[in-house]
Amino acid sequence: MISLTDYLVVGAILFSLSLAGMVMNRNNLIVLLMSVELMLLAVNMNFIAFASFLQDSAGQIFVFFILAVAAAETALGLAILIILFRTRQSINVTDLDALKG
Amino acid sequence: MNFTPPDFLPAIGEMFTLGMICVVMLAYLFFDKANRGITYFLAQITLLGAAIIAISLYGHPTEITFDGSFVLDSKSLLLKIFILLSSVFVLMYTRTYIRDNEIAHGEFYLLVLFSVLGMEVLVSAYSFLTLYLGLEIFSLPLYAMIALRHNRPVCQEAAMKYFLMGAIASGFLLYGMSLVYGACASLNIQEIVSMMTISAATQPMMLTVGLVFIAAGALFKLGVAPFHMWVPDVYEGAPNAMALFIATAPKLAGFALLLRLLVETMPALFPQWDYLLIAVAVLSMAVGNIIAIAQDNIKRMLAYSSIANMGYMLLGLIAGTPRGYGSAMFYIIIYVVMSLGAFGIITLLSRKGFELEKIDDFKGLNARNPWLALMMLLIMFSMAGVPPSVGFFAKVGVLESLVRADIVWLPAVALVFAIIGAYYYLRVVKVMYFDEPLEKTPVILESFDSQLAISINGLAVFFLGLFPTALIELCQKAFSA
Repeated sequence: MISLTDYLVVGAILFSLSLAGMVMNRNNLIVLLMSVELMLLAVNMNFIAFASFLQDSAGQIFVFFILAVAAAETALGLAILIILFRTRQSINVTDLDALKG
Repeated sequence: MNFTPPDFLPAIGEMFTLGMICVVMLAYLFFDKANRGITYFLAQITLLGAAIIAISLYGHPTEITFDGSFVLDSKSLLLKIFILLSSVFVLMYTRTYIRDNEIAHGEFYLLVLFSVLGMEVLVSAYSFLTLYLGLEIFSLPLYAMIALRHNRPVCQEAAMKYFLMGAIASGFLLYGMSLVYGACASLNIQEIVSMMTISAATQPMMLTVGLVFIAAGALFKLGVAPFHMWVPDVYEGAPNAMALFIATAPKLAGFALLLRLLVETMPALFPQWDYLLIAVAVLSMAVGNIIAIAQDNIKRMLAYSSIANMGYMLLGLIAGTPRGYGSAMFYIIIYVVMSLGAFGIITLLSRKGFELEKIDDFKGLNARNPWLALMMLLIMFSMAGVPPSVGFFAKVGVLESLVRADIVWLPAVALVFAIIGAYYYLRVVKVMYFDEPLEKTPVILESFDSQLAISINGLAVFFLGLFPTALIELCQKAFSA
């Protein structure tokens, strides 16, 4: 029997992987978008595990909403990526340096 | 199994907004080629209509509907009224800017309306699901809006940064929500509150970690230090009209998010989030006020000023009393009114092919347009907190509530930073009145809308300073019930 803790550990590992992907990645914006997606999937993992162990369907419904929003978010992110690529001919993270912060 | 339809009355403003958005979209597609103004007027009617609905619902007893996921109370109505009215002013300010810079105006108005709809939902949300959906409906249009001016590379960069930071913030928020959901077995704020005391004893670890993640996500959205990196970049990179919108209504929505998640959902964990907010507030006031001094770009300066102001607003929440929450709400409303005026003037002074960005561009504004300079003077005095301006009363309100809660060292720290902060606001006034203008041509505002908007805005700051009592009482009453 797989316990709730095991699922939560998997969720936490996925979440930290996505954070590490964002912090360490220095050369590709698409990898950043993938990390964002992975972060939301880690959250989904948590919600499904809780929903199943609490016998409560609200958590599973939340997951559907997160999936839908994640799709919309990625569409927007890729659209911004495309206009960025058109003017710069590059999707390198280090090229995003016109603004100081 | 019986199905009883929910009470739709609390959500009538949101339904009106959504319906009108569809009308605006169709009108833009069908009529706009012949008659350019129609989209603008319909968008204004939408916002004003929703504001009138919110005003007429004011005083309605607190009501929770849609199976406990949507609430109508005086807090949410008050915030909604100011979100809608400030968006009306945003559209009035930006009309000429949008036309001169050939930005797709229909798309801009629609994005503003969608974003406002999301804020309305967020402000009234009473479960994690509606909170999250409201948050996303209001943030996604903002990312797209910055990229609307797609021939400027700096805008694209700002859009990308804002998008990534926003996505990370929602990721944190959701992760925290999932942990709280696991500890309390419900997504509904009402049920979570009743479960909280039990689960605080059985699952303290999970709740605390969830709280930290939720607070981080919400503070990210609000843009306070140490989660502030995106604020100056986005303000600077965004076209002036979009920076105006991003700097105003979303602050009210971010405040509502923090209020619902921390103050209403987790009163049982007050000691934990109180320490968190104290650290964040002191850091924001320090970072915001000190770094703002070094800026020569007015948009970056106002961005750091917004970070500092968010820190002052948090002081009201730290007090942890209804009085403190009320004064925090008064503070954030006043901040939005002031930043609406400041960014409004920046937008009005930008012309075709010229983005006003440097503080030096304000040089000798008094000689070029005395009325605009006077309005900017009122707003800057108020932001600096010079008595008897309204910004002074806002600061006094939060500090007083802290002192009443027996926290004395924090107001002292806040005062020191307020005095440091006064320098960079007054520098703008000095530049406007005592420096030689870079170009001698007088500034003439073409459209009647923008003249009306800036006059009302500036005078509102002035008269609210003379008669602040009514608004303060409204804010306090929202929390006393």
